[in-house]
Amino acid sequence: MSDRVSPLAEAHEAAGAQFTDFAGWRMPVRYSSDLAEHRAVRETAGLFDLSHMGEIVVVGDEAAAALDYAVAGRMSALERGQAKYTLLLNAEGGVIDDLIVYRTGDDRFLVVANAANAGVVADALRERAGGFDARVFDESDDVALIAVQGPRAFEVLLATGGLALEGGHPDGKDVPEALGSLRYYRALAGTFRERPVLIARTGYTGEDGFELFCAPDFARELWEALIEAGTPLGLVPAGLAARDTLRLEAGMPLYGHELDARTFPAQAGLGRVVDLGKPGDFVGRAAVERGPAADARVLVGLSGEGRRAARADYRVLTADSAREVGAVTSGALSPTLGHPIALAYVDPACREPGTQLVVDVRGALQPYIVTALPFYKRKRS
Amino acid sequence: MAAPENLKYTEEHEWVLVDGDVATVGITDYAQAALGDVVYVDLPAVGTAVSAATVVGEIESTKSVGELFAPVDGEVVEANQAVVDSPDLVNSDPYGAGWLLKVRFTELPELLDAASYDELTK
Repeated sequence: MSDRVSPLAEAHEAAGAQFTDFAGWRMPVRYSSDLAEHRAVRETAGLFDLSHMGEIVVVGDEAAAALDYAVAGRMSALERGQAKYTLLLNAEGGVIDDLIVYRTGDDRFLVVANAANAGVVADALRERAGGFDARVFDESDDVALIAVQGPRAFEVLLATGGLALEGGHPDGKDVPEALGSLRYYRALAGTFRERPVLIARTGYTGEDGFELFCAPDFARELWEALIEAGTPLGLVPAGLAARDTLRLEAGMPLYGHELDARTFPAQAGLGRVVDLGKPGDFVGRAAVERGPAADARVLVGLSGEGRRAARADYRVLTADSAREVGAVTSGALSPTLGHPIALAYVDPACREPGTQLVVDVRGALQPYIVTALPFYKRKRS
Repeated sequence: MAAPENLKYTEEHEWVLVDGDVATVGITDYAQAALGDVVYVDLPAVGTAVSAATVVGEIESTKSVGELFAPVDGEVVEANQAVVDSPDLVNSDPYGAGWLLKVRFTELPELLDAASYDELTK
């Protein structure tokens, strides 16, 4: 049941969106066409409502130390305004959720969690911060999130009236310089018509782009301003269907598909995200140090031919189809590449790029080849 | 879009146009919108014997796989190659160029009229 509604729901209705239930939220799955929205993000820009995501604030003199204990990475090493992709592990080394953590102040962090896990993440952080001088607030209901993604995302923001820097020039004439020099995985404190907006250069599409965190009461005003400024530049609103194919092409994992409580980070190719060099203990450390079993399946990319996509839960077999060696976790006909792509967990013996495998696509055995990730990488200008 | 009055419908969201003993079959506007962009269509070969309410083909979008059910018992006399080559016709013209099959049927089962189908998809 979808009983949670984005503050932008009326804007989506007005734009003719189709809705889907996503983790209990009624969210736009598409506005016109999945493919057109996908293409817009690759070629111009797309606008996403991500208000369903969880936002949890950790604040206190020992907030950094609390997070170093609570998550897999070293959050104390972040500078103010820096962000990092990290994992919340359980004691067995499995993944409770994948997160982006933004350091928004010396004693303050913003943790962005998947919608389905927001409550679980907030509870885990609260429990893990118990021994520290740090407090945890689940602000998911008080934060809207809008993403502008695509090669023209920067231009869209520059064309949007009313954006300024916190403490900066009131007419925003210092915005182009500040946003232009804002690096990937960095954020700055901005304003929109004098109300605070956290502007982050992050995303989940494989393109350049920004994510804007703001209060729900003016989210629609900001959304409309972005649409108005961006439409002449080719910006379109984009739904969750396009978001899923975009992240798949970019080889990014999706919780519940590639990540879950029984999967070690190393199996998902995320071993580097776990900082075993940081001092002190953290939840999951001992289990991760022991590591997954030597024969534990590992995440690989698969590329196919033709137009029939392998999809989640389809069986992966050896090329002679004699032996089942894994299962698909996500798959689609890649809109950008024009052939089927998939993420799958396979036996370690099958992990090398170039390995020929087959996928059982509803009874038809389709050839697939193990492919290095990401499938798609943007050209950097 | 309201369902065209001149067609009959199934609960599996197919439309049927009856002309003599041949039924032209496609999927409804409601069905194509729910699927999203259609990227692959698999249709039975001409000459295939089909039975009503059994799966005879697949319609895949970027997001999901839809099954095509035969609305009647009979034999496939034509499959729309244009849709196999350009699956987006199912989205852009579901009741016209996006037709899928022509089936010579032996007996026409009870099908929904446009008003009943619109009621079903309200």
